[in-house]
Amino acid sequence: MIRVELPFHLRNLAKTGKEVTIQVEEPVTQRAILDVLEAEYPMLRGTIRDHGTQQRRPFIRFFTCGQDWSHEAPDVPLPDAVAQGSEPFRVVGAMAGG
Amino acid sequence: MSKVRVLVGTRKGAFILTSDEKREEWEVTGPLFAGFEIFHVKGSPVNPDRLYASQTSGWFGQLIQRSDDGGKTWEPVGNEFAYEGTPGTHQWYDGTQHPWEFTRVWHLEPSLTEPETVYAGVEDAALFRSDDGGQSWQELPGLREAKGHLWQPGAGGMCLHTIILDPNDPRRIFIAISAAGAFRTDDGGQSWLPINRGLKSDYELPDAEADVGHCVHNINMHPSRPEVLFMQKHWDVMRSDNAGDLWHEVSGNLPSDFGFPIAVHAHEPETIYVVPIKSDSEHYPPEGKLRVYRSRTGGNEWEALTNGLPQSDCYVNVLRDAMAVDTLDSCGIYFGTTGGQVYVSADSGDNWRLIVRDLPAVLSIEVQTLS
Repeated sequence: MIRVELPFHLRNLAKTGKEVTIQVEEPVTQRAILDVLEAEYPMLRGTIRDHGTQQRRPFIRFFTCGQDWSHEAPDVPLPDAVAQGSEPFRVVGAMAGG
Repeated sequence: MSKVRVLVGTRKGAFILTSDEKREEWEVTGPLFAGFEIFHVKGSPVNPDRLYASQTSGWFGQLIQRSDDGGKTWEPVGNEFAYEGTPGTHQWYDGTQHPWEFTRVWHLEPSLTEPETVYAGVEDAALFRSDDGGQSWQELPGLREAKGHLWQPGAGGMCLHTIILDPNDPRRIFIAISAAGAFRTDDGGQSWLPINRGLKSDYELPDAEADVGHCVHNINMHPSRPEVLFMQKHWDVMRSDNAGDLWHEVSGNLPSDFGFPIAVHAHEPETIYVVPIKSDSEHYPPEGKLRVYRSRTGGNEWEALTNGLPQSDCYVNVLRDAMAVDTLDSCGIYFGTTGGQVYVSADSGDNWRLIVRDLPAVLSIEVQTLS
């Protein structure tokens, strides 16, 4: 199972805890995770990716295994630790400064 | 006994304020959708327990929330606002053409007759309609054909912020867009006319009487006279007696004719309200005195209403959607400020009372009168 960690507001919207687990077919990529996540939690559609372009919203970040994957192509396979469920795929609201 | 329910949108959530017809004791519920900007909350005139809320965020985009029990519980509904066809372009700050890009919903206007129909005014300016209670949204693209390539965002964004449905003619809708102007459809939204003749924007536009480009801040009407419109423009308070075909200025003796909201008394179609703001460079009341001005003559002759409002050191603003009226026999007037106060007058503006203070900055106020 893939572990996905959601930011505070999206947890509230999806009525979940901090982390959800989902079943994702290999290869495990950003797109594959988000496709399953949005299918299981349709209220999240449009909040992480743009409805039309499917691009990451500007102030959303994807972190895992201590690395920022936000700028990687959506179909690049994620580390084995994500696919094996030992590390979560983290959806993060970007820092706002101030 | 009648009740009132005040729906408040703020920078950090929504609040619901309830009272009986005396409007003296208030219950404050909220924040709902805590941490999110709530641009607008409005109830259906057909089913008052059906509420819609525009929930928006720079991080997570646009959400539409719907309640069917008067705001006790909510569920997210459709949030995909796709422009019809190829979106095209509008004027950008640097004079180039810029693609239409959806940012947020500024205003939700439920149908006067159809419980599942609701309109949404969005930024970049366009009008959407849902006929399934907000689950899906379709643009009325004819509006952007009304010289949309000449529209240009102002500092607040190119937002469609005002939607007025004609109670006598379901095919007629009025809308207003910041820095584009006012528009009207007479065929249910297929085609639109700019209705800006008579507006003069000497400071804001190179051609002061241009067909489009005027910074309209808010429009209102009394439902018994849908051909009479009142407008708070960037500068100038205006009136039209022919559904927007021609406007004339009614600023009269106001201390400043800059401001944002304009409201009409529920039972006196010639009684209107504005909140003068010192200038577009200083978004606060003249002399630090928070004064609502009332005209009982449809404009030109105005009186200051101050009893119960701060008359020194007050530097808040009242935004365009942040003033509303109830329909009780003694008409109630309500407004919210950027300082987080919500005021009510239960006697048409003569006396004011603070309902709540220290909310986040108030973006919008709507009132439901419930029997």
